[in-house]
Amino acid sequence: MKLLALDSSGLVASIAILEDHEMVAEYTVNYKKTHSQTLLPMLNEISKMIELDLNSIDAIAVAAGPGSFTGLRIGSATAKGLGLALNKPIISVPTVDALAYNLFGVDKLICPIMDARRDQVYTGLYQWEDQELKTILHQRAISIDELIEEINLLKTDVIFLGDGVPVFKKVIEEKVCTHVTFAPAHVNRQRAGSIGTLGKKMFLDGKIEKAEDHAPDYLRVSQAEREKAEREAKK
Amino acid sequence: MKKEDVLILAIESSCDETAASVVKNGRTILSNIISSQIELHKLYGGVVPEIASRKHIEKINQVISEALSEAKVTLDDLDAIGVTYGPGLVGALLVGVTEAKAISFAKNIPLVGVHHIEGHISANYIEHPDLKPPFVSLVVSGGHSHLVLVKDYGKYEIIGRTRDDAAGEAFDKVARAIGLGYPGGPKIDRLSKEGDPYAIKFPRAKIQDSPYDFSFSGLKSAVLNYLNGAKMKGEKVVNEDVAASFQKAVIDVLVDHSMKAAEAYGLKKFAIAGGVASNSSLRTAMEKACAERGISFYYPSPIYCTDNAAMIGVAAYYEYLAGTRHGIDLNAVPNLKLGER
Repeated sequence: MKLLALDSSGLVASIAILEDHEMVAEYTVNYKKTHSQTLLPMLNEISKMIELDLNSIDAIAVAAGPGSFTGLRIGSATAKGLGLALNKPIISVPTVDALAYNLFGVDKLICPIMDARRDQVYTGLYQWEDQELKTILHQRAISIDELIEEINLLKTDVIFLGDGVPVFKKVIEEKVCTHVTFAPAHVNRQRAGSIGTLGKKMFLDGKIEKAEDHAPDYLRVSQAEREKAEREAKK
Repeated sequence: MKKEDVLILAIESSCDETAASVVKNGRTILSNIISSQIELHKLYGGVVPEIASRKHIEKINQVISEALSEAKVTLDDLDAIGVTYGPGLVGALLVGVTEAKAISFAKNIPLVGVHHIEGHISANYIEHPDLKPPFVSLVVSGGHSHLVLVKDYGKYEIIGRTRDDAAGEAFDKVARAIGLGYPGGPKIDRLSKEGDPYAIKFPRAKIQDSPYDFSFSGLKSAVLNYLNGAKMKGEKVVNEDVAASFQKAVIDVLVDHSMKAAEAYGLKKFAIAGGVASNSSLRTAMEKACAERGISFYYPSPIYCTDNAAMIGVAAYYEYLAGTRHGIDLNAVPNLKLGER
């Protein structure tokens, strides 16, 4: 089976093609957030390099959230457009789960953190058990302090990764009671290879959707909806 | 479908309508699907950009599929895909642009980016097979108030623009002030029919040295001051009269500048476009002013005045014939200028 995987949920733009047990190509750029201008040209380039017939893919895996709202929609609209044109299903891969998948087989608690602004992180907690990634805390938006409290309750050594690390490294080192490490450069950001690998597992479990039904899972309502709810709660 | 026919799929998502259409040879609309979000934005008194973007991504594939199936064509029949890439809300535009690029890439179909205002003006071609450039066009909507000289297909010169609020924006704000709610245009239009347009004297702004430019913020303030003043003095406000007098003030200026422009450029054809072009009093006033001057007056049906993709398909057709093509690196340009490529 063959999968196209996309991730444009953060600063990274990444595209990968996976076939059976191999990754045939991966193109990852962690530079400027110009995904609307770069994502498809990146796909075009690797398609040419590996002589990819787009019709031969079985599904499109996309980082479906959380992440930058606009970034997620660029990934989703790309996946939906390709899905409509090629008549292929979409696999909506949770962004934080896929980040945890970067650290296959690590015997620590895995904690991806994405900077979510407003003093929050998009995060989750994961642990490998018998080659299975177990979710300890489902992906969500919480404050860094809440997250650290959760970790301290578990009393386990923990490895952090994600674009939230540079923002919160100091507070993590100060407040986390257990031994803390940070993932190295080659695995500390979003990679379409992980979206594709986890996506394949989801595909085999039947977790696919029609391209028309796919939409990002932002984990947050819009500011206008939040403020409206706050106003109504005050009444 | 004849072999020489040019078929274009058009996509529009610049504001709060998700729309797709299939257009044959630039003038025949095979389908025109619009998914409106207006009920949702009413809760907030105006369009919320993030909510608009979220709705676009949910609806876009259904809207495109429906447009194709209603037109009884498949992607393989298409000669080009036209898409609005500005001006508009950047997050909203990006959904349509990204979707269009992905389809264009996957099926190797030429991509043509279209200016939203060019679309509105082109809406006039749909029901008026005789209309050809050159002509003068007034584009009035919630986001735009432009007087445009249409020199040729795809060739435009903006000769007048608003210095502050768009005409439709002024309608929305006044509607809110007299408790009518969003969207204001149709509501004020309806209420005006029961009011006296000469009851209250509101100002008609003129801009020094720019005979075709507009300004509506002074008028809006005058309405708000009138309402406040009446409230302070304990006077009864007749909303019907406020609506009618305000609307007359807007229309007088739009008609006056439009006719001046048509006469100055010696053109005997004049077309209105954009959401506010559905306003019944504006149509009546323009029709009369044009008739008095021997100018042919063109206007689209309301369905082609609102944001729609059919008009984008028409504009894309003429751009396609002129050789305009965009790459898969096309970006959304929220403040795109008309005639700029």
